Amino acid sequence: MHNRFSLFVAAALMLAGARPACAGGKINIVTATEDLAALAREVGGDRVEVDSLARGYQDPHFVEPKPSFILKLNRADLLIVVGRELEIGWLPPLITQSRNSKIQPGAAGYLDASLTARILELPTGQVTRAMGDVHPLGNPHYWLDPDNGRRIAQAIEKKLAEMSPGDAASFAAHYADFDRRLSAAEKRWDGEMAPYRGMKIVTYHRSWPNFAERFGLDVVAYIEPRPGIPPSPSHTLELMQEMKRQGVKIMLVEPYFDLKTPDAIARDTGAKVLVMAPSVGGEKETTDYLKLFDYDINMLTTAFKQVSGK
Amino acid sequence: MPRFMRVMAIGAATVLLAAVPPASAQQAGGTQAGAQAGTQAPPQPAAGQADQSAQALRAELDRLRQEFDAVKQQYADRLAALDAKLTAMEAAKPAPTPAAAPAAPEAPVAPPSAALSKVFNPDIAVIGDFLGAAGHNRVAPTSSALEMHETELSFQAVVDPYARADFFLTLGPDGGINVEEGYLTFTSLPGGFLLKVGKLHSAFGKVNQMHNHVLPWTDRPLMTENLVGGEDGISDAGLSVARLIPNRFMFLEATAEAYRGESAIFHAPSRGDLTYVGHLRGYQDLSEAANVDLGASVAYGHNGFSPDSTTRLIGIDATFRYRPLRMALYHRFLARTELVWSRRSELTGKPESFGAYVSGEYQLAERWFGGVRLDYADRATDPTLTDKGGSVILTYWPSEFSQVRGQLRRTRYAEGVTANEFLFQFLFSIGAHGAHPF
Repeated sequence: MHNRFSLFVAAALMLAGARPACAGGKINIVTATEDLAALAREVGGDRVEVDSLARGYQDPHFVEPKPSFILKLNRADLLIVVGRELEIGWLPPLITQSRNSKIQPGAAGYLDASLTARILELPTGQVTRAMGDVHPLGNPHYWLDPDNGRRIAQAIEKKLAEMSPGDAASFAAHYADFDRRLSAAEKRWDGEMAPYRGMKIVTYHRSWPNFAERFGLDVVAYIEPRPGIPPSPSHTLELMQEMKRQGVKIMLVEPYFDLKTPDAIARDTGAKVLVMAPSVGGEKETTDYLKLFDYDINMLTTAFKQVSGK
Repeated sequence: MPRFMRVMAIGAATVLLAAVPPASAQQAGGTQAGAQAGTQAPPQPAAGQADQSAQALRAELDRLRQEFDAVKQQYADRLAALDAKLTAMEAAKPAPTPAAAPAAPEAPVAPPSAALSKVFNPDIAVIGDFLGAAGHNRVAPTSSALEMHETELSFQAVVDPYARADFFLTLGPDGGINVEEGYLTFTSLPGGFLLKVGKLHSAFGKVNQMHNHVLPWTDRPLMTENLVGGEDGISDAGLSVARLIPNRFMFLEATAEAYRGESAIFHAPSRGDLTYVGHLRGYQDLSEAANVDLGASVAYGHNGFSPDSTTRLIGIDATFRYRPLRMALYHRFLARTELVWSRRSELTGKPESFGAYVSGEYQLAERWFGGVRLDYADRATDPTLTDKGGSVILTYWPSEFSQVRGQLRRTRYAEGVTANEFLFQFLFSIGAHGAHPF
């Protein structure tokens, strides 16, 4: 019987071998979403290899934990997550199975981008699931405020400089360049959005609080009766009455939601449905962080112009 | 020597003060008086040198006594100060209110102190599995028409920088508690190993690793019932080592496991008769929406029929998944099959049996799933007896945290009996948001 046990041990040891080598000298970064990947590319430049697990047109709450992601995580030097429990349904078992001690939560190669960001909708009272699929640590769609993009980039710059002190100057220069371009773009976006401050909108999911706050939009209601709960007929009826009463003419919908209910509401209320990109890669034009806002703001201002005549 | 004694005296004082409650300071004084009396009573030494050394000794003792008193005073002062501080704190604390006070809105990032004390508690969840059955089944009847089939409690947390632990306790319909799984996973081993130690669902095939609440059915396939130990399956105390096999083509993972040898199908007659399980899994993305998942498994161990009789299982599993990313909330398709060959060596012969199922699930809408399953399985001890069956399943998800399922099941048992049943199930979970299995 002992022979068989030693056979088992031998078989286990035989499975041992060389680990896959990491990319030639570059820091291998894996991010949960494409927004974080875009920001990591801005800061890391040619010193990093960046790959995102979720795609920008995918609901980041419900990503399938595919084994192919384990391979990506296995080779990663740095894992950047959105945090605030956005990835709780899929990322933790992938990290456990990655066999990569560098990226375990708490290790040097694990960066929670939300830690330095400004987080909205932090629940203050008791949180229960009667409220739907709420995030007890605050709204995780915080990257949709350009200032949070800046903060995330800064956190990445700090982390990369820690991991590769020799390239710190290069990361700092990249960050400074990104910061300058972002500031210039913010002035432009603020100018374009200025005529529409205070406009009332409805969104499908609570994905846009940071965006709405930054650009002065007033989100009066949601198509989902509660976060993560699909639209119900009674809620939709109430919503349509409310939209007519308040004169809401714009609905924002993420690309991964069914347009049936929003279209029905549009027919009844005359409001417009805008499929906005919530993430880099959400639409084919949104290839980086600045283009994401260019695309969304262009879509919004065009629609506002049509409905308000301003 | 004197230094040694001083240390001893201070040590003694500390022990005394620690052992004696602060209120009985008088008693401590009393003890000390006794000690004093004792030192004053030694027999008078004769004279000369002896006298001198005795004086030196007495001086040393006096000094020690002073030190002892000083230390005692220090401790008494410190205790008094602490006592005062405690009283002040008690007074300052507001009367406890029945409802938990909400966190102050101006500082929402800092959790309330009550939450801080729970920060290291594991993630806890409870999953209820309520089953109902209607119809007739004379061969394998369920015990009752309605039952709280299983209550699963899960406790999961990171242990230290090197490992995490996962416990799943289940309570059966009659309340008996069972450690369904309880294991430590070493996440940071060198060489790319993933080691699990504890009680585990073995990596044999797909269904054997699934808890009841993640199955797409209310029951388990006939193959599992007849050949792989039924609901409990190969679940045992042991070790599991899994390693990724680097290659350019696909995700490939090899798992080797050794178990104590006591599970629903394996019984070890003696301590050395372990059960061994091996599993090879290959996975490949066909596109961002579609993928295939293939597995081959082997399990070997004693079956307890006689001291030398063994069971060897060989399994193959294949899964195809399709889930378009943009419409991931609304549509998905999964087709799966598992085939198992069982060979038992018994005194009376070597029965070789075969069992398999084919199943498909399709998400019809955001909350609706339809499914079909076809079953075929010989009995493990007599391959001439074959059971066949088929099921149609409809599942409704009110939310991510609850499911209602109905299953129409028709089983043609080897005895020539056909059972038509309607099974229904309510699954509900509260607590920490566990990850969805893949």
